[in-house]
Amino acid sequence: MTATTYRTGADARISVEQWIRMYRRMVSIRRFEEQVNELYTRALMPGLAHLYIGEEAVAVGICEALRSDDYITSTHRGHGHCLAKGASPDRMFAELLGKEAGYCRGKGGSMHIADPATGNLGANAIVAGSMGIATGAAFSAKRLRTNRVVVCFFGEGALGQGVLYEVMNLAQLWKLPVIYVCENNLYNEYTHYSETTAGDILARATAFGLSAESVDGQDVRLVHEAAARLVEASRQGKGPAFLMCKTYRYHGHHVGDINREYYRSKQEEQGWKTERDPIQRLRDWLIKENLTDAASLDRIDSEAKTEIEKAVEFALAAPYPKPGEVDQDVYA
Amino acid sequence: MPEAVRELTFAQAVREALAEEMRRDERVCILGEDVAEAGTPFKVLSGLVEEFGKERVLDTPISEAGFTGLAVGAAMTGIRPVVDIMFGDFITLTMDQMVNQAAKVHYMSGGKWKVPMVMRTTLGATRRSAAQHSQSLHAWFSHVPGLKVILPSTPYDAKGLLKTAIRDENPCVFFEDKMMYKLRGPVPEEEYTIPLGKADVKRAGRDITIVATSSMVQVALGAATLLEESGISAEVIDPRTTWPLDEKTLIESAKKTSRAIVVDEGYVRYGVTAEIAAVISAGAFYNLDAPVKRIGAMHVPIPFSPPLEDLTVPTENVVFEAARELCAHA
Repeated sequence: MTATTYRTGADARISVEQWIRMYRRMVSIRRFEEQVNELYTRALMPGLAHLYIGEEAVAVGICEALRSDDYITSTHRGHGHCLAKGASPDRMFAELLGKEAGYCRGKGGSMHIADPATGNLGANAIVAGSMGIATGAAFSAKRLRTNRVVVCFFGEGALGQGVLYEVMNLAQLWKLPVIYVCENNLYNEYTHYSETTAGDILARATAFGLSAESVDGQDVRLVHEAAARLVEASRQGKGPAFLMCKTYRYHGHHVGDINREYYRSKQEEQGWKTERDPIQRLRDWLIKENLTDAASLDRIDSEAKTEIEKAVEFALAAPYPKPGEVDQDVYA
Repeated sequence: MPEAVRELTFAQAVREALAEEMRRDERVCILGEDVAEAGTPFKVLSGLVEEFGKERVLDTPISEAGFTGLAVGAAMTGIRPVVDIMFGDFITLTMDQMVNQAAKVHYMSGGKWKVPMVMRTTLGATRRSAAQHSQSLHAWFSHVPGLKVILPSTPYDAKGLLKTAIRDENPCVFFEDKMMYKLRGPVPEEEYTIPLGKADVKRAGRDITIVATSSMVQVALGAATLLEESGISAEVIDPRTTWPLDEKTLIESAKKTSRAIVVDEGYVRYGVTAEIAAVISAGAFYNLDAPVKRIGAMHVPIPFSPPLEDLTVPTENVVFEAARELCAHA
């Protein structure tokens, strides 16, 4: 524990070290994703990947509010969640490249990173595919009295899937410790969410009696404050909650989605990048409040860059799984 | 002389397996629609909520996808759920949870997460329940790597196989023919389990092999009795699980008898009979005197009208005639 605690309103109880850690994690995720894009562009990565760039404050602000044995479920756009929950970049890259050293021995790939050691129940390539799993993990937590909380990350596109409403109903009936975190990055793939989503989003959760709120997902301080509060309440037995984080995906739906002007303008993208960037925001605030200085943050930036470069090198050099691995682990 | 073995109905055998496993392992719980006080519409689970309480026998909303998905996550994190899908026709609502989630979690995670859950559901027509409460869709799950599919044909098998399924580390789907719930048969008081993937010779014979699943085993045994009267000795083999499949026992029997019929209540096209016939044809080809014959449900939605519905499913007579015809081949 540290004595250097910044005490004011929403930021009470958050130490400088925690803010710095969140800064480092956000930078790390961004460098990671930039490298993923680079690997794709250089044809070094099989398949595609869905970049989290722009949304870093959501995963980091929320996972910072979790214990290491709390669970998360993630999505096709999941690298940020996995890293924020504690995954190490080298084994992440190895998984993205289909190498045996990857988190899933190369069998899962970008959209299926899972890791029991960090409470990661798995990223899921079916939109809304992990909502049942997250709710079930909360069921276990309650029945086994482990006092764990589960965070179910999903994009606003998943609001279209009926299973969300089935499990929110169950979670509320049984008062399960699960937080449904809707990352509203405005686009269901290539379609603006306003074309797919009727009515009031939060009302969909409050209809089941969940406490529901919305937060600026580009401000890690606000995200973390809301997450800490909801997670704590859920841990105390108050049941599930719904948190919508308003955010933005800087890149396309996936790395190959380059020409996006038929669904959104470059001007819109530029606006989010220059005016609402989550990393820049935290950086500016840390400096303005004299919690650290630019040189220290620059040092973190460069450490993150080095860490990610080393992780890529590790993954590129790592061997593929042997052919005999193909039919292993179909059954336990 | 040992005492006569006690008899139970199929439903009692299922209930006893659940009760024993719930006593043995407190992580086992039951989730489904009307499973608690109602004990399901078929009364298979009557009495369990009284013994184990509402924390372990949980009535769910009518949300098959939701509670099946919840069971997947619960299974990954320390619970051993048994979900009850009232009618096999409703498995369609659970497909993403079973096929994309439960079946793949272990493999996709490189062997790190496991999904030790059981889905119990029904199959079987002739209950006058029409097209959405009568199907036998077990072939669908048999097609998916990562799942195990179990089709008990007697009270004895139902109990032993269900106990094994509950202890298995993988997602298992357990199909009960709803027309068999009242079928009585010997079930010993003593503890026993039956391994998955081991066929059972329900009746030994020399002239023809009849491979049958679930309630079709009873149909095949009836046909075998008729055949015996015609001087044909039929061997009835029950694979008991469509996956894992005991290919060896099926092939050995067909090699011995040189003729085989496969009877299953699912649709013939692209179904369980197709797979088993292919296994036998490939494995016993040089010993066969006739092509393997397949008998299953007609390729129509199950009709309501009784005389029509009865035409859609295999009967003793159909199997008997098919066997006689096959045995007429040199």
